[in-house]
Amino acid sequence: MNDLWSAIFDFSDYGELIALLRNSIFAGAVLGIAGGLIGVFVMQRDMAFAVHGISELSFAGASAGLLLGLGVVQGAIVGSLVAAALIGLLGSRARDRNSIIAVLMPFGLGIGILCLALFPGRSANKFGLLTGQIVAVDDPRLNSLLIICAIVVVGLAVVWRPLVFASLDADVAIARGVPARWLSLVFMMLLGLTIAVSVQIVGALLVLSILVTPAAAALRLTASPVWVPVLSVVFATVSLVGGILLALGASVPISPYVTTISFLIYLVARVISWQRHRTRRGRITSTTEVVTA
Amino acid sequence: MTVLRLSGAGLAYGSRHLWSGLDLAVDAGEFVAVLGANGSGKTSLLKVILGQQQLSSGSAELLGERIHGGDRRIGYIPQQKMAEPGTPLRGRDLVGLGVDGHRLGPGWPSRARRRKVDALLESVGASGFASRPIGTLSGGEQQRLRVGQSLAGDPRLLLCDEPLISLDLRHQREVSELIDRQRRERDLGVLFVTHDVNPILGMVDRVLYLANGAFRIGTPDEVLRSEVLSELYQSPIDVIRSRGRIVVVGVPDSSHHHDDHDHADHAGHPHTAGTGGLGTHPTGGAA
Repeated sequence: MNDLWSAIFDFSDYGELIALLRNSIFAGAVLGIAGGLIGVFVMQRDMAFAVHGISELSFAGASAGLLLGLGVVQGAIVGSLVAAALIGLLGSRARDRNSIIAVLMPFGLGIGILCLALFPGRSANKFGLLTGQIVAVDDPRLNSLLIICAIVVVGLAVVWRPLVFASLDADVAIARGVPARWLSLVFMMLLGLTIAVSVQIVGALLVLSILVTPAAAALRLTASPVWVPVLSVVFATVSLVGGILLALGASVPISPYVTTISFLIYLVARVISWQRHRTRRGRITSTTEVVTA
Repeated sequence: MTVLRLSGAGLAYGSRHLWSGLDLAVDAGEFVAVLGANGSGKTSLLKVILGQQQLSSGSAELLGERIHGGDRRIGYIPQQKMAEPGTPLRGRDLVGLGVDGHRLGPGWPSRARRRKVDALLESVGASGFASRPIGTLSGGEQQRLRVGQSLAGDPRLLLCDEPLISLDLRHQREVSELIDRQRRERDLGVLFVTHDVNPILGMVDRVLYLANGAFRIGTPDEVLRSEVLSELYQSPIDVIRSRGRIVVVGVPDSSHHHDDHDHADHAGHPHTAGTGGLGTHPTGGAA
């Protein structure tokens, strides 16, 4: 029992470890910003399933990149962008989109597993792409992550307003001349980039925990167009950085920590919104009683 | 002053002619209702005016210029459809999208923008519920916001696509009176697509009735008559007037459900397509 516990939580030599994993923590914080922001639109456009589908193809790309020696980062980006473009171009309607994703996803996973099986290297690294791993993010990797996250955040800032318009009020947006198709493609590309970097940190199977759960929790708490993105970014960053800090000394991958924190935040948000709802309804009932009395 | 002019306009999808030879001029301050059974091309007419659909023949002009997409001088109220609960927009955000939602950039909150949104909310009587998420608002409240949103660009022409479709009678009257007041105050041309003319009967100047690829234009008294509609549908139609309401009986059933895709997402909000044309509209659900 004690062994199990120390495998999950081990804070000995914590100070030295933090210094070692500074890059990872920094990467987590930056990814939290990009992921939290793009998650707002994933929710608005109802594309949680697409996120999952793209991350499987990103995994396939990363595995192929590993096998062919082209680089995991490059492979993940190519896989992500191809998947995002396919889903964006072929699946403008929700029903089409879901079936296209469902067709692409197992194919991507299969390719990825094939590439990993053929790869002669150590097996611990391999499954990191699926389930995440705690690795020291080296400087070139950190740089690529910073650049990609910067592209995502700046890109989102530029298209923010028309993208909200097209996502939430499509008919009127199109009547107003908002180029909804273009915006959709731009969004898919930015989403693909975000997923490609997320896969390297939390693993392909768990990308939803930073691209969907934080935004979903934020939406439980507020409908304000300012507070939803702010809270979503805070939740995603807390999940990632908190997960990395907890995982530091442990011998298990980082992802269970990240997913658990992000899930707990969502639970708390649900409880708060449920409480609020109840008090509001309680208030209405009591006023009606006064009126009828 | 003429706001909208269609000259010899025709629209066909392949071999199917929706209408042709349509001449229609809408003046500033004029309220024109577009009536007709489902599938008669009412919504397509709006798409032409919004620049989303090319005419097969003839021309369409807004304020003397050829129509192009995304013209800010057109205000658009889409088919009434309830916002889903949990939609991350408050009332004032919906109106705000009409103000500057088409512009690039994140749209930082500013005092000027706030003032503009407040003024629009005030003018449509929506200030009281502007901070609530739209998914929690009633159909009538949502349509008030829609009217406010459509006025954000200071339009000259207002296009309304079934704005009353799932509202109960009281809200139908409130929303149509709101649109009527705005067109008088702002001297707007209004093109109002509806399957039930009764809620707006006292406001419309003219009626455009589309059926069977043909049409009639005139005042309600000129168009909504048994002999006119019988000729248009080429089958016997009775127009019955009762207590200031108009009921059309005998519209052929064949063309129904043609554009049901236009009416998708109305689960739980029944409307009376089954009565055809201008049938009486039963009082909807509770407010």
